[in-house]
Formats: sequence, C-alpha cells, structure tokens
Amino acid sequence: MALGLTTNSHQLDLAISGDRRCLAKILTKIESGFVPIMEVQNPWTLGVTGPPGAGKSTLIGNLISEWIKRGEKVAVLAVDPSSPKSGGALLADRIRMQGEESSNSVFIRSIASRNHPGGLSLFIGHMVNVLCACGWTRIIIETVGSGQSQTRIVAFADRILLVEGPDRGDIIQAEKAGILELADIVVVNKSDISSSKLAFNSLNSSLTLNHDSSISTHLVSALNGNGVENLLSSIEECPKSSQREIIRQRERLLSIWDSRLLNYPGLNHILEQLSTGSITLEEAADEID
Amino acid sequence: MRVVIAKPGLDGHDRGAKVITRVLRDGGHEVIYTGIRKTPEQIINILIDEDATALGISSLSGAHEVLIPKICDKMRTVGLSDVVVFAGGIIPEKDHESLHSSGVRAIFGPGTHSESIINFLIEVSERQKRGEPTGVGEDTGWHWD
Ligand code: B12
Ligand SMILES: Nc1nc2c(ncn2[C@@H]2O[C@H](COP(=O)(O)OP(=O)(O)OP(=O)(O)O)[C@@H](O)[C@H]2O)c(=O)[nH]1
Ligand SMILES: [Mg+2]
Repeated sequence: MALGLTTNSHQLDLAISGDRRCLAKILTKIESGFVPIMEVQNPWTLGVTGPPGAGKSTLIGNLISEWIKRGEKVAVLAVDPSSPKSGGALLADRIRMQGEESSNSVFIRSIASRNHPGGLSLFIGHMVNVLCACGWTRIIIETVGSGQSQTRIVAFADRILLVEGPDRGDIIQAEKAGILELADIVVVNKSDISSSKLAFNSLNSSLTLNHDSSISTHLVSALNGNGVENLLSSIEECPKSSQREIIRQRERLLSIWDSRLLNYPGLNHILEQLSTGSITLEEAADEID
Repeated sequence: MRVVIAKPGLDGHDRGAKVITRVLRDGGHEVIYTGIRKTPEQIINILIDEDATALGISSLSGAHEVLIPKICDKMRTVGLSDVVVFAGGIIPEKDHESLHSSGVRAIFGPGTHSESIINFLIEVSERQKRGEPTGVGEDTGWHWD
C-alpha cells in the first residue's frame, strides 16, 4: 500500500514535469478511484454538451486549431456512452477532432461513461485538476450526446457551450428549462445546411421570450469553419460563471451520491431482489442508506 | 480492456476495422478507433494518451510487412513494451511468422469468428494476471493460433 502511494505521487510529479505517459496513467488510476492530493489551482474549463450528432466533437476540433494558433495548450476529456448490456464502449469522439494529434499542444482522452448519470462521474473533477497542474490551459469536457434534463456538466465546467443541430428549431422553441437555461453560449451548428437558419431564429426568439439576454448565440459550421472565430472570441470573453454556484454545488453533491450508490457492494443483489419483487423500493433505499 | 483499433498508412478499407470495434465493444471492451490513414507516430501518440492495454492493427492494402514492424519498433523505443499488439485484414500466411517475431501476438483474417478475437483477449488478460509476458516488447515466443 505504502509503495503504491509513493509510486502514485512520483508518477504525479513526473506528469506535472511534462511526462505524457505518466499523465495518461494517472488519469486511468483516477478513473478507478485514485484521488490525487495536490494544490488546487484554478483550471480553465469549458463543458460542451448537446444532442447526439449535433457536431460537438467536430466543433471542438475546430476550436483546438484556433487555440493552438493563440499559443494555448488544449486538453479534451471526451465522454461517450458505455453499453449497459456488455459494459463495453465505442469511444469515437476523437476521430472527429482530426488534424492536430501529433502536436504537443493537444491532449485528447476518451472516457467511457460507465453508466454514470450524464456520463460524468466525480472523478472528472480530479482529472481536470491534474490536467491543470500539468500545464493545460484550456480544458474541454465533451459530454455524451445528452438531453435537456442532463445538467450534471455544470458540476465540472465553469463555462457551458450548448451545441444544437439544424433540425431542432421546434424543439428549441419548446425547451424552457434545463440545460438551455444554464448554458452561457448556445451554438446552432451546420450552418451549411439551410434549415439551420430557422433553428437559429427560433432559438433567438425563444431566448427573447424568456428575457434571457445573458446567453450569447452563434450560427456556425464546423464543416467549413464559418463563424468559428467569432465563437472562439465569445468563449474567451465568457466569464467564469458565478451565478450558478448553488446549482453547481447541488450537481456535485448528486454526483457523490450517485457514485456511492453505483459503487455500493450489495447493489446487484438489491437490484435482483427488486426485479423479483421480493423487496420494495423503499426497503431497498433504506438498506443502501 | 482499453483497446485502440488503428488503420495505418494509405489503406482506406475500413469496414473490417469498424466491424471489429463493434465486436470488441459487445465483448465488454472500451474501444478507441483512430480512423483511417494514420501514421505510426500518430498511432503511438494515441496509445500513450489513451493509456491503451492493447493495439489492434487492421491492414488490407498489403503494407503490413513494412508498417506493422515499424509500429512495433517505435512502441518499444518509446516504452510501450507492455502493450499487446494484434492484427487483422488481408495478411498472407507466409508473413505470419515474421510478424509474430516482430511482437504481434495474433493475426485474424477474413471470416474470423468474433468469439475467437474475444477469446484471444481473455487469454491475454489471464496471462497478464499470471504475470506472463504478452506485450510487444516483452520477451516471449507466445502467440495465438
Ligand atoms: C470492399 C473492398 C473495397 C472497398 C472498400 C470499402 C471500405 N470503405 O472498406 C473499395 C471499393 C473502396 C476498395 C478499394 C480498393 N481495393 Co479493395 N477490397 C474490398 C474487398 C472486396 C472486401 C473488403 C471488405 O470490406 N471485407 C469485409 C470486411 C468485414 O472484412 P475484412 O476487412 O477482411 O475484416 C475481417 C477480417 O480480416 C478481420 N480483421 C480486419 N481488420 C482487423 C483488425 C483487427 C485488429 C482484427 C482483430 C481483425 C481484423 O476481421 C474482420 C471480420 O471478420 C476486398 C477483397 C476481400 N475479399 O477481402 C478487396 C481488397 C482488399 N482490395 C484490394 C485493392 C487492391 C483495392 C484497391 C487498391 C483497388 C483498386 N485498384 O481500385 C482500392 C484501394 C482503396 C484504398 N484507398 O485503400 C485488394 C488488396 C490486395 C492486397 N492486399 O494485396 C483486395 C484484397 C482485393 C483483391 N483480391 O485484390 N476495396
Ligand atoms: N453538414 C455538416 N455536418 C457536420 C457539421 N459538423 C459536424 N457534422 C457531421 O455531423 C456528424 C456528427 O458529428 P460529431 O462531431 O461526431 O457530433 P457529436 O455531437 O460529437 O456526436 P456524439 O458525440 O455522437 O453525440 C458527423 O458526420 C460530422 O461530419 C457541420 O457543420 N455541417
Ligand atoms: Mg462527439
């Protein structure tokens, strides 16, 4: 045990001094429960969320190129869903973030959601801290293609970018709560497709109806790069949000709660009992408590 | 297991690689597919950042004789000796022996059953648990048939 601890902290030191292999190994350990002990710095974080296929990864790829031109070091934590049946996962976000893999200024790590709500577990916060300590100046978290109700990203990112596709005009119009309320910047992607303009208009009118002028909106194309530079300026000007501190802390608390539940040793047994009806939900909850 | 599936060189045949990513996902593995046309250097960087346990290389263009040993050599040079390398695609029988001696632990051709690939990875993880060498730079004559 003691030996394990010293190798961990030695590995952490090596990672901080620039060893990527050690950084990658530390992230793996964090994923399986290791809690790094270190001075908490002040990481710059951006959460990128939105429905499946909206173009989150492709857009992040564009932003990476722009940030590199400005001399930033960009790290991406890209979360994709695990199969609830096999436990396996197809981690495909990085294919869309092409071009700069060989650069020393980009670090992309794929993460399987392992069925944590919103695909985000408490360990994301530890990963962010380690990346920051290792000198990564822009830390991006891509969530699994998620629905409106998934607001867990707020627990881990100081700025939220919501990416919508072109065919969601009516849907956006109808959305009055959830992640749309919490986003700092909303993007309608795929401006090369004509219906995106309509989606963009209904987004803007929906925000006007809600008297929400603090959210900035953009129409971009991750395919041809239109609008990406303006979007980047907007992201850079976006202050670390302080208004949602209560929501942020609530999501963090829920995150610990979820982890405890999912890691409860008797969970499978309880689920079996529930499925055969031999105990009630209340009894199950009491037992875990 | 965290497995990277890679397509090195100019080879654009990606159906097999995509089939394999699904097979491995359904077998309970976390699979990172690199996409086509990767250089050995790019593949090495992905292996490092993703902290992969194994690398599966798909080659149908006939360039396996050059590219696969090159990737294996680089892996040893940068200290990825413990990562397991396996391959698939159009790789004639006559080339198997030299690839095995480059450190490739299994080669799967057209018509391979999903189970045998999954069983290979199960064998790998059992060998790893027993502390037996399996990685590309680890000294062993072992390979899967
Ligand atoms: C479909 C096909 C194409 C499609 C590819 C579509 C695509 N996006 O994949 C198209 C038409 C584009 C194409 C083009 C060409 N092709 Co072609 N193509 C084929 C063909 C008919 C089938 C390949 C295929 O998709 N099979 C189905 C998949 C599921 O099987 P698989 O890839 O073999 O994968 C299985 C196993 O091999 C294994 N596996 C594969 N990879 C991996 C990786 C790992 C890690 C593991 C564990 C297992 C594994 O598991 C899979 C499931 O069982 C083969 C002939 C053949 N019968 O194989 C020729 C073939 C591969 N093509 C060939 C050639 C020459 C070409 C061209 C150069 C032809 C030309 N002159 O235009 C171009 C080059 C394109 C390029 N840029 O690379 C030759 C290659 C010759 C060689 N190696 O010496 C072949 C063998 C035909 C031949 N007999 O001459 N091709
Ligand atoms: N026409 C067009 N297609 C785009 C654009 N951006 C992305 N795409 C395509 O949309 C598809 C999905 O893109 P991704 O970047 O993988 O989307 P995502 O939101 O990350 O998807 P998930 O991670 O699976 O939720 C891909 O086929 C992209 O090529 C765009 O601006 N215009
Ligand atoms: Mg994505």
